[in-house]
Amino acid sequence: MEVLQLLVSGVSQGCVYGLIALGFVLIYKATEMVNFAQGEIMMLGAFVAFTFANLLGWPFWMAVIMTLLVMAAFGALTERLILRPMIGEPPFSVLMLTIGMGYVLRAGAGAIWGNEPRTLTTPYSGGIVDLGGVIIGYENIVIIVGTAVLCLVLFLFFRYSRVGIAMQATSQNQLAAYYMGIPVKRIYSLVWALSAGIAATAGILVAPVALVDPLMGFIGIKAFAAAIVGGFGSLPGAILGGIIIGVVEQFAALYLPPGFSETSAYVILLVMLLVRPEGLFATMLQKKV
Amino acid sequence: MSLLTLSNIETYYGPIMAIHGVSLSVEEGQIAILLGANGAGKTTVLKTISGAMDPQKGKVLFEGQEIQGKDPDEVARMGVAHVPEGREVFPFLTVKENLLMGAFSRRDGEVASDIDMVLDYFPVLKEKAAQQAAFLSGGQQQMLAIGRALMLRPRLMLLDEPSLGLSPRLVSEIAEIIKRLNEEQSVTMLLVEQNARMALDIGDYGFVLEVGRIVMEDTCDRLKDAEDIQEFYLGMKDEGVRGRRRWKQRKTWR
Repeated sequence: MEVLQLLVSGVSQGCVYGLIALGFVLIYKATEMVNFAQGEIMMLGAFVAFTFANLLGWPFWMAVIMTLLVMAAFGALTERLILRPMIGEPPFSVLMLTIGMGYVLRAGAGAIWGNEPRTLTTPYSGGIVDLGGVIIGYENIVIIVGTAVLCLVLFLFFRYSRVGIAMQATSQNQLAAYYMGIPVKRIYSLVWALSAGIAATAGILVAPVALVDPLMGFIGIKAFAAAIVGGFGSLPGAILGGIIIGVVEQFAALYLPPGFSETSAYVILLVMLLVRPEGLFATMLQKKV
Repeated sequence: MSLLTLSNIETYYGPIMAIHGVSLSVEEGQIAILLGANGAGKTTVLKTISGAMDPQKGKVLFEGQEIQGKDPDEVARMGVAHVPEGREVFPFLTVKENLLMGAFSRRDGEVASDIDMVLDYFPVLKEKAAQQAAFLSGGQQQMLAIGRALMLRPRLMLLDEPSLGLSPRLVSEIAEIIKRLNEEQSVTMLLVEQNARMALDIGDYGFVLEVGRIVMEDTCDRLKDAEDIQEFYLGMKDEGVRGRRRWKQRKTWR
């Protein structure tokens, strides 16, 4: 019973890591840079949803839709205004830029919404399901189901839609995509919009179980570990990596001395890098230089 | 008016000047060829036309419009399809998806029938339509790259070494296809080749590029007869008395 209980809460926590990791991977695959502000974008998404749902009192579903739209626009604008001028600069500068962006977002959120933790109220907060002794909160069910639905939508999008295939094409061979008349720069903006939208979804899903505060974006570091465990470059890998880390954390919290839970993500990362450095789902071909 | 005109192009790789003032023009309906040794700047000329590289000086005119400095996707949408050196297909997309990407910018409803048309030109690809492009052979990937470019419905196709790494039989097959596309689909071609014999056979008009400069241009028939071309690009120089004697004097294989 206890094991099942831990498993369920581990999976639901892991889904959140996985969604943020998905954002890392999407941006990395398409544009070959890593956005270290991904966790902060999630935090911003949670605050925007909090503003719409709690401060403005909009109906929850409307707040969710508006949050996704606002955050997608935020992602696209970030790419257009901040990152696109950096095309051609050394990767390290771009990396520093995104880390800096994380600081700015954290400080900005603190200035706007204050540093004390807030709670996002949802129509489903507080309810529980009792499955023969395993008690699952509605919030956790929503996280798991929400992640599954989002993954399905993303799968269909990348498999069947023209823009989704064009995103894959761009990430596989940028120059060839240019030669085919695919507007590569607009694709970059779309990828950023998409991954900001996914991060915002993660923010909305996690907000009812974790508190909304400017520092919640730090779980982005664990999500980064999840992305590497999954094989940085693989979308299913990112989700799976997140779930593994989430589950191990829960078990470590109960069975290991205090403190192990917090470090377990990085222990998994280290072990993974030693045993299978290419990650769970390595992409098949080596990138041509 | 020529379909494509380059006037006095100068292109740099960082501080290194790769193209020293190249001017050339390609007439509508032609197969124009660009010959040159390794490092002569052939690929750079094509990249400058398609917008992957910007020239420091000079103009590129396509259908009378200046296109230098534009992004390559914009140039592609104007009707210039670049088939890059080394095929560069999308490895993890299927053959069909690769072809679809060629038609990305098109809004007309004829994409599906164009895919059938392309597959008719390349029957080998038909049976592999659902396979990932990474699993095709080199020759099939080259055909896919040409077919994908054809999906743009281009006015001008830039072909960069389509014979690279292919067997002689495949080379003549590709040459055949290029000629057919030129005649049947009325696509003007600018062909860059190391395989001078193949290029001179199918080409109408040729340019010879040496260290970033055009040193010779003429119709292909006349180029074939030019002494320098025969010697340096076709390897047909008569081994004079001296050459043969030297060979006879050799005592060992090394």
